[in-house]
Amino acid sequence: MSLLSLRGVRKAYGENVVLDGLDLDVAAGECVVLIGASGSGKSTLLRCVNLLETVDDGVIELAGADITDPRVDADRVRSGIGIVFQAYNLFPHLTVLDNITLAPIRVHRVPRDAARARALEMLERVGLADKASAKPDELSGGQQQRAAIARAMVNSPQLMLLDEVTSALDPELVGEVLDLLRELKSEGMTMLVCTHEMAFAREVADQVCFLHHGRPLEIGPPAQVLDDPREDRTREFLRRVSGTTGR
Amino acid sequence: MTTWQPSALQRERIAYRRRRARRSTVIAVVSSVILLALVVVGIGSTPGWPRVRATFFDVHRGWEALPVVAEGLWLNIRVMLVCAVLIVVFGLTLAIMRTSRGPIFFPLRVFAAAYTDVFRGLPLLLVIFLLGFGVPALQLRGLPNQAVIWGGAALVLTYSSYVAEVFRAGIESVHPSQRAAARSLGLTYRQTLRFVVLPQAVRRVLPPLLNDFVSLQKDSGLIAVLGVIDAIRAAQLETAEDFNFTPYVVAGLLFVALTIPLTRLTDYVARRQGWYGGGGGPV
Repeated sequence: MSLLSLRGVRKAYGENVVLDGLDLDVAAGECVVLIGASGSGKSTLLRCVNLLETVDDGVIELAGADITDPRVDADRVRSGIGIVFQAYNLFPHLTVLDNITLAPIRVHRVPRDAARARALEMLERVGLADKASAKPDELSGGQQQRAAIARAMVNSPQLMLLDEVTSALDPELVGEVLDLLRELKSEGMTMLVCTHEMAFAREVADQVCFLHHGRPLEIGPPAQVLDDPREDRTREFLRRVSGTTGR
Repeated sequence: MTTWQPSALQRERIAYRRRRARRSTVIAVVSSVILLALVVVGIGSTPGWPRVRATFFDVHRGWEALPVVAEGLWLNIRVMLVCAVLIVVFGLTLAIMRTSRGPIFFPLRVFAAAYTDVFRGLPLLLVIFLLGFGVPALQLRGLPNQAVIWGGAALVLTYSSYVAEVFRAGIESVHPSQRAAARSLGLTYRQTLRFVVLPQAVRRVLPPLLNDFVSLQKDSGLIAVLGVIDAIRAAQLETAEDFNFTPYVVAGLLFVALTIPLTRLTDYVARRQGWYGGGGGPV
């Protein structure tokens, strides 16, 4: 059974239909990578799953429960999902450690000492143990993004959403973040990822989904979608992407 | 695009949200009515209420006093409008002086800091007395000696210091990367301030700025101590005839009636221009 299941999800902003009756399944422990041109609905899809946007129609089920039902407690749902944003979105007024312990202490009522210990453990894992008391703007982009991943991971989410997490990074910093994601994947974390890193998609994804005008035009194993696409649109997109990044 | 019809499930959700909204409205109305009833009954049943009502809420007396108080209010409005313009100019100038960079502007920075320190601390009433009675007493020729002008000057001096600090907070809240971006394009310091920093700063501080102007509107009544007849002074004169305080209440209602549209208008304009930041989505 899939951990996350989207059925007929629709989201429109005025006349602009961003998600057009979209179906998608993510099994537990699976990594699904969304690719597609900007404006194809990738980020909106992630925001809908995290209930940062309200869907106009359709059902999103997480572990069998309909999270799009207006009766559900959205805060509860969100606290079980980790999301990492393109621009890191760390809180600039808090130290790295306080960024990570904020939700455990305030939302999950973890005792302060335990939360700090766990946060330090997470920072150790992402290689930032020495930056615990630094403010986000003292870190490089890659370090900030790793801290943001630690912040999302500290709540032990059942699902991680990653929205273009390397797009704002210098090329030489992309590697350290992707390494971390590979590690998460190998530990069995369920991930839904938007990215332009085709090499990463090829390596880590169990399924690649090509979104076009708010619909999954093509979905399958990376070898099939990326190397032998069935749809002309997918081929067209891949050609343009490889043309610009040289991958 | 227009062919999309919500599914049965979505219609059920929409209906549910509508029911919730309706329930919220009902709760809001019921709780307001109960609270209002409690207040009315609570105050109305106090032993002194009939006396208080006759003294403060005498409709006939209020109607009688309205023209005089309204005439006084017209003075408040004129003083406030003229002062507001000057205060914005002086306040902004002080804020720009205080945030200026470079050693050459050190005296300006010190002046602006000292000015705000002094005039924020001095009670407005003292400044009004000093200017309103002190300056004409110097018997300098060529200076105006109408009370309203010196009273207005006192308001401008004091409020400029408040407003300067509001502007300064706004200027300093604009991220340094914005200055960097502007300077990188070859804009000078002044151009950066004028075209990049100030437009963002002013939008951010609009609500606290409005606060100061609403406060100014009421404080403009303080110049009455110099013998000018504004709304409050007019109410006081009316009251002196029969010790009925209804004219004060009338003046108060008129002030409130002035303030509310001003606030709503600013909110409306700011929201329509998208000055209040994103705020999109359900979170």
